[in-house]
This record gives sequence, C-alpha cells and structure tokens, in this order.
Amino acid sequence: MTALAPTHDKASQAKLRHPAPETDGEAALVSARNVDVYYGDKQALIDISLDVPPNQVTSLIGPSGCGKTTFLRCLNRMNDLIDICRVEGDIHIAGQDIYAPSVDVVALRAQVGMVFQKPNPFPKSIFENVAYGPRIHGLNRSKDELQGIVENSLQRAGLWDEVSDRLNQPATGLSGGQQQRLCIARAIAVKPKIILMDEPCSALDPIATARIEELIDELRQNFTIIIVTHSMQQAARVSQQTAFFHMGVLVEHGATEQLFTTPHDERTESYITGRIG
Amino acid sequence: MRSEHIVRSFDDELQQIENLVTKMGGMVELQISNATISLVERDIDLGEQVRADDKKIDALEAEIDTAVVRVLALRQPAAQDLRAVVAVLKISTNLERIGDYAKNIAKRSSVIGEFRHIGASANIIKRMSALVQVMLKDALDAHVSRNVALADDVRMRDDEVDQMHNTLFRELLTYMMEDARNITPCMHLLFIAKNVERMGDHVTGIAEQIHYVVSGSLPGDERPKSDVTSLIAITPNDGDRADDDSNDGSRE
Repeated sequence: MTALAPTHDKASQAKLRHPAPETDGEAALVSARNVDVYYGDKQALIDISLDVPPNQVTSLIGPSGCGKTTFLRCLNRMNDLIDICRVEGDIHIAGQDIYAPSVDVVALRAQVGMVFQKPNPFPKSIFENVAYGPRIHGLNRSKDELQGIVENSLQRAGLWDEVSDRLNQPATGLSGGQQQRLCIARAIAVKPKIILMDEPCSALDPIATARIEELIDELRQNFTIIIVTHSMQQAARVSQQTAFFHMGVLVEHGATEQLFTTPHDERTESYITGRIG
Repeated sequence: MRSEHIVRSFDDELQQIENLVTKMGGMVELQISNATISLVERDIDLGEQVRADDKKIDALEAEIDTAVVRVLALRQPAAQDLRAVVAVLKISTNLERIGDYAKNIAKRSSVIGEFRHIGASANIIKRMSALVQVMLKDALDAHVSRNVALADDVRMRDDEVDQMHNTLFRELLTYMMEDARNITPCMHLLFIAKNVERMGDHVTGIAEQIHYVVSGSLPGDERPKSDVTSLIAITPNDGDRADDDSNDGSRE
C-alpha cells in the first residue's frame, strides 16, 4: 500500500505556491488562488489554486476528508454559515472577487446554485419549489412569466413530462431521482452561471444516476458545473476536467481523460487504481 | 436491436469506435485489391502507392487503440459493451497485419515484374486474393450487424484459400525444380501466396471476434484447416506432372 505523506516541508510548500495553472486559452470562469481554509485551528485546505473553465463539468475527487466539499462550499460562500470556518486567499468568479465586502451573498448564491447529496425539496408543491426562487429574486413581472420560468426549468431538468399534470402536488411525493431533478430545476430557475453539485447521485439507484448524468451532459451547454463525487468512476464518466484532492492539498488537476489514463502524480495513480482507501 | 444507453454520449463514443473500424476495414480491402492488381498487371506505380498508403492504416490502428483505452478508462463498459471494445482492439490488430501483408505483396510485385509469368500462378493468386477480399468484406459486415451466422460462414471459407495455397505451393516447387532461372520469381510468389493465406487466417480471426462479442466465447467447433504446405515434399523423381492439366497459362 502506497503511503501518501502530507507535503508540509518548506520546499514542497514553496513548490505548491505555483503560478496560475494553464487555462487552455479560454478564460476561466472560476479562479481560485492560494486558498487556505481553516476550521478553528485545523487547516482543511492548503494553498489551493485552480481554474474552472466555463461550460464544462469539473469534478472534484478524493478520499473522505480531503477537503473537496470544503472547497466547493467556498465557491458560494456556504462556509460563511460555519462560525469557526475561515477562508483566506482569492476566489474570483467571472472576474469578481466573491469575498469582497461589497458582495451580496444572496445574489451570489443565485448565481452559484447548489444541489446537495440528499435531495432536499421544500415541503411545498412541485410548482412552488421551482417558483420560490425566481419570485423572491424578482425575476418575473407576471404570473404567466413565472409559469413560463417554472415550465422551462422543469423541461431543462428533464422532469416536465413526468410532473406537468400534477404541479400542485407535494414535491415530497416524488421518487428520489425525481426529487433530485426537481432540485436541479429549482437551482436553474434563478438563472445561475454555475451549478455546484455535492455528491448528487450518492442517494440514487444506477438508473436514476444515469439519468442525472445524462442531464448534466445536456446542462453544461448552458451552465458551468462543478461536481464533488466520491465515485471516481462517475467523475470519469461525467466530467471534462478533474481535480484530485488529498489531505487538504490539490494534488493534480487536468483533463479527465489524461488524469484517468496517464496521471502525472503517483498519489493520483494510487487513488484512482484503488491502491489507497 | 439493443436499446440506447441512458447517457447518449456513451453511445456516440462506441459508435465512433465502430466507425473507425469500418473505415480501417475499407482501406485494407482497397489495399488488398491494389496490391493484387499491382502484381498481376505488373503496375509498379500502384505498388508504390500501396506501400505508401500502409502508413495511413497504421495511423488508424493507433487512433483506434487510443479511442478504446479512453472508453475503457472513462466509461467502465460492462458485458457486451466491454466485449465489443476488447474485440475492436483485436480486430484492428488483425486488420493492421492484413495491411502489412498487402504492402509486402506490393513490394515483391516490383521484383516479380522483371521476370516472365510463372504458369498460372498470377491467376491463382488473383483468385485467392479475390476470395479473401470477399471474406473480409463479409466479416466487416458481420461485425457491424453482429451477424454470427455470416461470421461463421466466413470462417469456413478460409478452407478454400488454404486449398489454393497448397496447390500453388506444389506448382511453384515443380517450376523451381524444372529450371533454376525460375527460383527467384517462384520464391517471391511463394511468399506472396503465403501472405494471402495469412490474410485469410486474419480475416478468420476477425470473424471469431464477432462470435466473442455476441456470445462471450470464441467458436468452439473445429473448422477445416487445410494448409498442409508445411508437410509438402517433392523430389525431382516424383511424378507430379499431373498438375500440368490444371495450368491455363503459358509456360515457355
């Protein structure tokens, strides 16, 4: 079993603070530089620098506790809700520093939507679940327009055909896979640039998972998707870019195809070949 | 007809690989045809073209290998999907070898061109080659349509290629014994005939992969294997003149 030593010695740390990663010519939508995150005294993320290109799926993989979800939650400032959590470094989305004092986090979280591991529809009707966000953000001028937004969102989430005749029924009556697609519809109803997904399929069966993965493939034409997954097979199937985290460090990132066929770092190779837990 | 994958891009990737195989197969069919023509009609330029075009076949094999590795890494195919991509790896190797044999024939045809025709050898090789070309076309069709019956039929036809090879082998030995000036062209013709016989074997290999894809195992039944050239021995005192009757070419 390969031991993965944390690289905290000075030389490695100096090497870690590397210049901007290559972005392949296209401007990154999300740009993180030298991000450190602490929970109290414990450092959960160490000097993370990563660019996320637009209209692609970027997956964050790594063993439990590696910091991938912590990093994901930095991108829509969900970590603000945790008292002892401290975020340092720079995170820019579409050129704007999202931790600047002037940033409206409510607006940020509409722009950077999130779908969670366990589907969490509101205890409301299917219609209300999707309408709630646009309504409170003032995205519609009329009831008809709101109806249109709801229908459009449900269509794009691949759920409309299954629920169009029961929009007033409770969302909690849907199956797990349907609820997750409802949560995706809810996220896209407020017209985000980015959709964050935190292990969106881990509570779903293989068929429901495949349907979500097909949906992700369609959605990336209009959105940028960042997905945390503990299934590296899912990362291989669904993403174009992959970032491998281990013990708070971003070990390697790049094109998914390259990472899964010829990874550069032996820690990456160990993880993806199942040589470490 | 099997249903599509839920994730459509998976279907697209598998189809892309199948398309590459079909493309490679078409190129190899043409190479066999051109190599044979260059031999029979002593067309040096065509022979050169066949030799140059072999690089494209090699490049396609590399492209197919890359595409298959990619699908294996990124899609974790299972069951028939897995067997299909593994079979493609083997089929592309078979095709590449057939292409090499065609190139080799084209290479030798420029030497042969300096000598007179040896009996009916050119015609026999032409007929063997035509058989192999049809076998290859049918094997590739069987692959696309997953037609096991057609694949099995292709396997059986290799027997005829082997028989013709045996006949030609004996004939060429006889010509060499008759006149030492025949040795050079006959040796080349022997190699050429062997190349065509090996092409037939590789086409059979392709046909067997279709069996594997559909059923999960290679065909178990014995097919007739008639190549006995490794056992043929003719000495100057053998009365092998009976073969004269089958010659339809001139032999000065």
